[in-house]
Amino acid sequence: MAEFSLPKNSRISEGKTWPKPASAARITTFRIYRWNPDDGKNPVIDTYYVDRDDCGPMVLDALLWIKNNVDPTLTLRRSCREGICGSCSMNINGANTLACTIGIDECVDKGVVRIYPLPHMPVVKDLVPDLTTFYAQHAAIEPYLKTVTPAPEKEWRQSPEDRQKLDGLYECILCACCSTSCPSYWWNGSRYMGPAALLQAYRWLIDSRDEDTGARLDKLEDPFRLYRCHTIMNCANVCPKHLNPAKAIAEIKKMMVVRQV
Amino acid sequence: MATQNRSFRTPRANVTGLGAAHHGTEHFWRQRLTALANLLLIVPFLWILAAAYGRDYASAVAIVSHPFSAVVLLLLVVSVAIHMRIGMTVVIEDYLPNKAQRVVAVIANTFFCAAVGLVGVFAIVKLSVGRLLL
Repeated sequence: MAEFSLPKNSRISEGKTWPKPASAARITTFRIYRWNPDDGKNPVIDTYYVDRDDCGPMVLDALLWIKNNVDPTLTLRRSCREGICGSCSMNINGANTLACTIGIDECVDKGVVRIYPLPHMPVVKDLVPDLTTFYAQHAAIEPYLKTVTPAPEKEWRQSPEDRQKLDGLYECILCACCSTSCPSYWWNGSRYMGPAALLQAYRWLIDSRDEDTGARLDKLEDPFRLYRCHTIMNCANVCPKHLNPAKAIAEIKKMMVVRQV
Repeated sequence: MATQNRSFRTPRANVTGLGAAHHGTEHFWRQRLTALANLLLIVPFLWILAAAYGRDYASAVAIVSHPFSAVVLLLLVVSVAIHMRIGMTVVIEDYLPNKAQRVVAVIANTFFCAAVGLVGVFAIVKLSVGRLLL
């Protein structure tokens, strides 16, 4: 929804400044969004100082260093620490990305790294957003093979050329960096499917084995579900896997036109 | 979005909503068509404008009422009005979250664009063939 000022309970104030590590030679400042659903207070920005000589090179390393050495209550999602699970997506110095694959030195701005949860999502706690709707949108595009022809004795076959068409689409890890960077998704996130779901929709639309293409297009043909994409391109800019959801959406629009004109 | 989970509706039911409208491609295509038409028509339009610029009323009317310029201007006014309506509708749908406001704004936008277009068409027709009709 188009709201140009934050609702009262989302306004952010200055939080706690945690002590600097003693006898650290190289220090980087981390300003991190904190919100606790249990204390009834507004979100704050806490300041942490990370000893870079005691910490790995990635932003996730720094967050875990803070959690282990300074403040165990700092809450975030992480799992694989190598960019394949999509858990640690967050807004780091203004751009959505994975904390595990972005180096501190890559994103630090005048000695400070600012970290917020993914934009415009309900927050569960600190850096953990509620992605329920996002996942439901992915489920709604039915991301699996649908056929009418009886299943063959062995596998459904696909030529190497047709398989190649799925490159740049199947790699999506559903980290939600793209969808939550999209202003159209911010304003109409409950009706617009968002770049991540549409990228997966296209992945199944062009799968040579799938027999549900027409019905899939029918379900997307809607002024909001598909056509809220105004080619803003934030999705393609932030994707940590370097995929291009904007192009996939343009291809879906092209399919819509081709079947009409 | 934060309030939608207060009910016991499932997330999937929220996403499905009232289902797909099964339209939108017409708008998308028409928006591109009128964009192309605007682009093509703006060249002769500027040419007509330059030709009529600084002339006295009678000779300016003579230029505008020439069949070629009149047809170009009519096409341009209609194409721009349609394009304007589509573009403004999208802006309204993007930024007006309130359903009632949204519907009122979309209606007002349609009326405004129709009026502007028709006034333009009427003016050109009056200038070019008005003398024959009135």
